[in-house]
Amino acid sequence: MAEVLVYVDHVDGAVRKPTLELLTLARRIGEPVAVALGAGAADTAAALAEHGATRVLTADAPEFADYLVVPKVDALQAAYESVSPAAVLVPSSAEGKEIAARLAVRIGSGIITDAIDLEAGDEGPVATQSVFAAGFSTKSRVSKGTPVITVKPNSAAVEPAPAAGAVEALSVTFSDKATGTRITSRTPRESTGRPELTEAAIVVSGGRGVNGAENFAIIEALADSLGAAVGASRAAVDAGWYPHSNQVGQTGKSVSPQLYIASGISGAIQHRAGMQTSKTIVAVNKDAEAPIFDLVDYGVVGDLFEVVPQLTEEIKTRKG
Amino acid sequence: MSLRIVVTVKYVPDATGDRHFADDLTVDRDDVDGLLSELDEYAVEQALQIADEADDAEITVLTVGPEDAKDALRKALSMGADKAIHVEDDDLHGTDAIGTSLVLAKAIEKAGYDLVISGMASTDGTMGVVPALVAERLGVPQVTLLSEVSVEDGTVKGRRDGDSASEQLEASLPAVVSVTDQSGEARYPSFKGIMAAKKKPVTSWDLSDLDIEAEEVGLEGAYTVVDSATERPARTAGTIVKDEGEGGKQLAEFLAGQKFI
Ligand SMILES: Cc1cc2nc3c(=O)[nH]c(=O)nc-3n(C[C@H](O)[C@H](O)[C@H](O)COP(=O)(O)OP(=O)(O)OC[C@H]3O[C@@H](n4cnc5c(N)ncnc54)[C@H](O)[C@@H]3O)c2cc1C
Ligand SMILES: Nc1ncnc2c1ncn2[C@@H]1O[C@H](COP(=O)(O)O)[C@@H](O)[C@H]1O
Repeated sequence: MAEVLVYVDHVDGAVRKPTLELLTLARRIGEPVAVALGAGAADTAAALAEHGATRVLTADAPEFADYLVVPKVDALQAAYESVSPAAVLVPSSAEGKEIAARLAVRIGSGIITDAIDLEAGDEGPVATQSVFAAGFSTKSRVSKGTPVITVKPNSAAVEPAPAAGAVEALSVTFSDKATGTRITSRTPRESTGRPELTEAAIVVSGGRGVNGAENFAIIEALADSLGAAVGASRAAVDAGWYPHSNQVGQTGKSVSPQLYIASGISGAIQHRAGMQTSKTIVAVNKDAEAPIFDLVDYGVVGDLFEVVPQLTEEIKTRKG
Repeated sequence: MSLRIVVTVKYVPDATGDRHFADDLTVDRDDVDGLLSELDEYAVEQALQIADEADDAEITVLTVGPEDAKDALRKALSMGADKAIHVEDDDLHGTDAIGTSLVLAKAIEKAGYDLVISGMASTDGTMGVVPALVAERLGVPQVTLLSEVSVEDGTVKGRRDGDSASEQLEASLPAVVSVTDQSGEARYPSFKGIMAAKKKPVTSWDLSDLDIEAEEVGLEGAYTVVDSATERPARTAGTIVKDEGEGGKQLAEFLAGQKFI
């Protein structure tokens, strides 16, 4: 069976969930071979093996942390050349897309970004994408070279499928372009203890209607009662009420949780672009005409300052 | 020496209008209102600010697109860019990201550059990969997705807010930069700017000017094929209740019914 290269997104050896989802999708096309780079690369092997990686190619070098994107492209290209895979799958993060794109040009292949599903087809993998702010769903293929496809988080269920996961050292020679963009400092984002926005099963978001940074405590309390991640509209972010890293929408994160709760958000097309594929959508808005109500499974026309705290209390009571 | 800045801008269908596909499954650009991609306005804005700080700078805006794409160039010129290049050729219809990056890279080389500034993503394709592709093709550093950018003594510096960390980046010119919508509001064209734009030069190039063969681009030359595009069925109408004092509890009841509680 053909091998499929899977680029691993991990933090110091802890594999992030979208990579495990990629392994599920990769198994539909061939045998997953994982590529893990940077500090802790070898520590990823156990989790990857448990989810179907037959081999885990690892490399670590200071270049991965000290320079932007290109060293990782060099390494992925080395893996590509040693494996000759049927496809290359990369998680759809901002960095993942850039790595995938540069690899595609180097190996003379086409690239598809932000797939939300993947199946084997007669002419290679078929990717489903959600386009025009999720107004359309397309099916596409790479028609030249080895398909390079980036896949969004929450696109597949994580399925354990034990495999060998043999760790092999990948030898990488960096190109002279690898050190072009120096990372002179890095400030890690502080953890809130809440789930990662793009990976969360439930997302609770607030918009301009929340009316102030201090009021976001109401949104956070609801989120915590459900074990959810917190999101925000761009209006709330631009007002400085919530960090940009929590923005949902076209220029923020794209989320596809089981449940999305929007409070004080009108539902502009750019916001919808980032949440429209959520399974169940719920909104609280005092304007019955707000476009968000066109999307909802359940909507409450009312003041979020009344409805949301009552909801939070009721959830806590029911959960006991 | 003059700092030569090339800003890549895309002409896109208006996102607030009705966007759809043409019969050949390319984005319909004929029947819809188009405009300069809002996210590229941020690129033009940063170019203007960098040019202001430089002793001597010249901003060229570059687009690859159909006849109407001139509107996008005009807008950028009215914001304050100095001149424009329009790459236009019937054979470009249906070009994908790989092809677009080839055309942009050839045009940027022909124009001459020290700094390329792009938007973070186009609002129609939303791939966000063209700047990285252009950097790969030009063989110069990519300094992308910046929420803050400055140029001094032949070095570009910026801040990239990533998923897990915020990074400070630095590279020597020439380089390719892309900026996010966090980089600072884009200015509105002034009346004076709009009038001045009418007199600014717009150069048109076709594929032969760039030594690109028709087979390398367009729908035929594309590296990807769209097999189908289906309009997403409208979500089935949900239940909407007016809060009469029990809205929160009713919502909890719904969530419990869906097994979320
Ligand atoms: C290129 C581009 C990219 C963009 N990217 C994004 C993006 O990534 N994400 C994003 O969100 N937006 C994005 N936008 C902005 C988008 O167009 C909207 O401006 C934004 O989403 C509006 O945010 P909002 O819904 O919070 O605010 P508003 O549209 O002002 O809506 C606020 C809502 O709150 C309701 N409300 C007020 N008070 C209360 C109350 N007490 N109780 C209940 N309801 C109340 C109001 O009825 C209203 O419906 C982008 C725009 C552009 C041009
Ligand atoms: N046809 C085009 N003409 C000029 N610039 C483009 C074109 N397509 C993409 N770009 C640039 O590349 C950026 C990212 O686009 P994309 O990768 O398509 O999302 C845009 O913000 C533009 O700066």
